[in-house]
Amino acid sequence: MKVSQITVFLENKKGRLAEVTEALARRGVNIRAASIADTIDYGLLRLIVSDPVQARQALAEAGFSASETEVLAVEVEDRPGGLASIIRCLADAGINIEYLYAFVGKSGEKAIVVLRSEDTERAREVLQKNNVTLLTGEQVHRL
Amino acid sequence: MTTLKRRLPPLKHRLWDPKAETMSREELEKLQLERLQATVRRVYERVPFYREKLDAAGVKPEDIRTLEDVQKLPFTCKDDMRAAYPYGLFAAPLKDIVRIHASSGTTGLSTVVGYTRRDLRNWSDLVARLLTAGGVTRHDVVHISFGYGLFTGGFGLHQGSERIGASVIPVSSGNTERQVRLMKDFGATALVGTPSYALHIAETMYEMGVSPDELSLRVGLFGAEPSSETLRREIEAKLQILATDNYGLSEVMGPGVSGECLNKNGLHINEDHFLAEIINPETGEALPEGYTGELVLTTLTKEGIPLLRYRTRDLTRLDSSPCSCGRTFRRMARVQGRTDDMMIIRGVNVFPSQIENVLLEIEGVEPHYELVLDRVGALDTLEIRVEVTPEIFEGRMAGLVELEKKIRQKVQSECGITPTVSLVEPKSIQRSQGKAKRVIDKRVF
Repeated sequence: MKVSQITVFLENKKGRLAEVTEALARRGVNIRAASIADTIDYGLLRLIVSDPVQARQALAEAGFSASETEVLAVEVEDRPGGLASIIRCLADAGINIEYLYAFVGKSGEKAIVVLRSEDTERAREVLQKNNVTLLTGEQVHRL
Repeated sequence: MTTLKRRLPPLKHRLWDPKAETMSREELEKLQLERLQATVRRVYERVPFYREKLDAAGVKPEDIRTLEDVQKLPFTCKDDMRAAYPYGLFAAPLKDIVRIHASSGTTGLSTVVGYTRRDLRNWSDLVARLLTAGGVTRHDVVHISFGYGLFTGGFGLHQGSERIGASVIPVSSGNTERQVRLMKDFGATALVGTPSYALHIAETMYEMGVSPDELSLRVGLFGAEPSSETLRREIEAKLQILATDNYGLSEVMGPGVSGECLNKNGLHINEDHFLAEIINPETGEALPEGYTGELVLTTLTKEGIPLLRYRTRDLTRLDSSPCSCGRTFRRMARVQGRTDDMMIIRGVNVFPSQIENVLLEIEGVEPHYELVLDRVGALDTLEIRVEVTPEIFEGRMAGLVELEKKIRQKVQSECGITPTVSLVEPKSIQRSQGKAKRVIDKRVF
């Protein structure tokens, strides 16, 4: 199972973020990680959730525009240079990263970095070749 | 589309009156001038309203020596027709009038029009032209879902279909389930009506569990209200037909002023019966070909109510480039809006429909949008608020930035105005009765 990220379009208006998160809470969807990219007028809320299917339904019913994107989830050692080594191998292979954000898994020892690249398949190959641990959808969504 | 019933007649049979419809421009202009002169003489002699107007403008019928001289004539407006209610503009005595129609009158007094026997014959032929152009032959069974009461749509298409020799079913409007049953039982091959009602029929058909395969429909001829390419495609897909648009207005005659051929590339105007001009609705000046403006029509053969330079308030543009159907008549674009809707931004005329077309083209779906006009200092501003609906949202920031940029550039090149674009959440633009109020003008004049 692939790692799936939900992206929600939000206008920069008071209370919208609260409404998104409440809509997910009512459906019993847990948010594992969140990140916001914003411009002056609107933003994109990116979420890793416990159940992407339920999340999309809940958001559609609440009237939000949301889409689902495949991302890579990488385990990163919690030490100086942990992230750098991973990014370096992608850079050397000429793969651009569109964005990334990190969260800490249940164990608390390793960080999980969610990254979106312009070419997910190649990024996956390169990371595997460099012995980087990629998490599966099951591992990420059902932490 | 392989079944026999869906086949179209060969090209040469898609002209009702080949001699008229393919005449050279030179011949046509000669005929138009003769007919224009006769019309001006007729109204000057018979209609006090026109005699006064022409006298006031200092124009005599003999001053019309070329087609361009039409610009010397005064305009006729909807209000002139209302003021003349009911028979004030008739140029024939009632003993010669054989039919009277009237517009619906939803926006005030209705306007009344009368037809002589010759008018009716011409009308039938002009409608026969657009039916033929849209693929109808005498082998067709024509289902007419236009209303018949006073409105010109029902009778107009009815007479034209009979003229062709098709089998006509005058169903009129209403009771949609019955319409579907009749189409099925009677084997209707052509559907005539408004595009919105055609869509309603299609939706009712699916609700009833009737599939388009159970019908014999082949073509649809739609008119009497604004349409769009999206609407056409939807009707064509749902009913599995070829749909063409036609145009007319009761003041000028009713349906039969213009109609599309199967190239669906503009509506051929029956220029041997109507002289078409495009004017700037603000100044009344004639605009060169290709410019969008108000369509002005002068009737060239009508006896009952001839009209000089009738301002239709419909916005369109003319195109004289050749059409592969063989018709030499110029084409008008599908009506793009009403002069009543026009916005003037920094002195430039902009129509909501122009912006709607840009959005439609970029998004590929019916857009939800709102236009906000404001003034910063002495400068007008146009803000286009567009809903980012689930259909167009693909989750990428770059996609949204690109969308904004495309809208800005396309509106700039189409309308000559650089707008600001605001992307907003779905359902955040107010809807009244399912249709949004499109323009909010905050400027203080």
